[in-house]
Amino acid sequence: MSTGAKQYKAIGDDVWKRTDKVNAELFTLTYGALVVQLIKDYEDYAEVNKQLDKMGYNIGTRLIEDFLARTGLGRCATFAETAEVISKVAFRTFLNISPAVSFPPPTQNPTSNLPPPTEFILTFDENPLAEFAELPRDAKEGGLWFSNVLGGVIRGALEMIQLQVETEFLSDVLRGDESTELLVRLVRVLDEEQPENDE
Amino acid sequence: MTIHAVWVINKAGGLVFSRTYSDTLPTQTLNATLILAGTLHGIHAITSRLNPITGKGGLESFEGENWGGKIWMSLTGIKLVVLHSIAHQGLDELMKKIYEIYSDAVMKNPFQTLEMPINSSLFESRLLGLIQSVN
Repeated sequence: MSTGAKQYKAIGDDVWKRTDKVNAELFTLTYGALVVQLIKDYEDYAEVNKQLDKMGYNIGTRLIEDFLARTGLGRCATFAETAEVISKVAFRTFLNISPAVSFPPPTQNPTSNLPPPTEFILTFDENPLAEFAELPRDAKEGGLWFSNVLGGVIRGALEMIQLQVETEFLSDVLRGDESTELLVRLVRVLDEEQPENDE
Repeated sequence: MTIHAVWVINKAGGLVFSRTYSDTLPTQTLNATLILAGTLHGIHAITSRLNPITGKGGLESFEGENWGGKIWMSLTGIKLVVLHSIAHQGLDELMKKIYEIYSDAVMKNPFQTLEMPINSSLFESRLLGLIQSVN
């Protein structure tokens, strides 16, 4: 583990200790009930995925301020650093997990002139959202991404700090896959009218 | 140190919150304050363009006789402005606490629309508590 990663791990551990906790069962059941209600309301798994992503986005745009206020972290120099911060600090602080970060081999992408890496994959060994969930066959076939809210949160949070990203689940153990993987792809760095004050 | 006033300016330069905490500050109409805040936003933008180290931000403080102002911008682009007396101590710490209260009381309120004026009694009362502890 590099010094940067170690340092982020320490920050994450520290903030986690100071965070108010909520009962895990209540949290997991609340999320489960939410997903099931969406399925009932929309009767379409693609639409449910979309709604979960939207909800996540709305959470992310708010959560980022809390994250910045409590960690006091400044701007990341590279997208790789952003990945480390998300895994070691953000996920640790809010869900007490630290998904593994990996970088897929760069694809030929002529439209992007951003310095690599522009993509990373978060692999979740544990997932508090899906602690008790077992997808019925119908949901598996319908293409439900049960934890799709997570992608939305990352998208919303990063957009507020001028990083436009796309997120998509590549696999989910709930669907019978080997692992749960979330891909985050940097689309562009938004041009705010002024540079940031990184005090 | 006396804190005269606290402003919150959104990304677009709109004043979304302003409170006065001392009676020494000349009273102004809300419209006048809005214009001042917008101008300050513009000055901040101009000064950040003049910064020889790009991406390191603009105007951070200004001072007059016995009073001053401190501007702090978060990574998300909201600006906190504090008008204060001189000499001042622990302003950075105070700004950090204001930001924490903002992220708590404003951003976590599900009915608060981003970029819109802040009408939160929780934010006001917590802020008042903080300011009273320094004033």
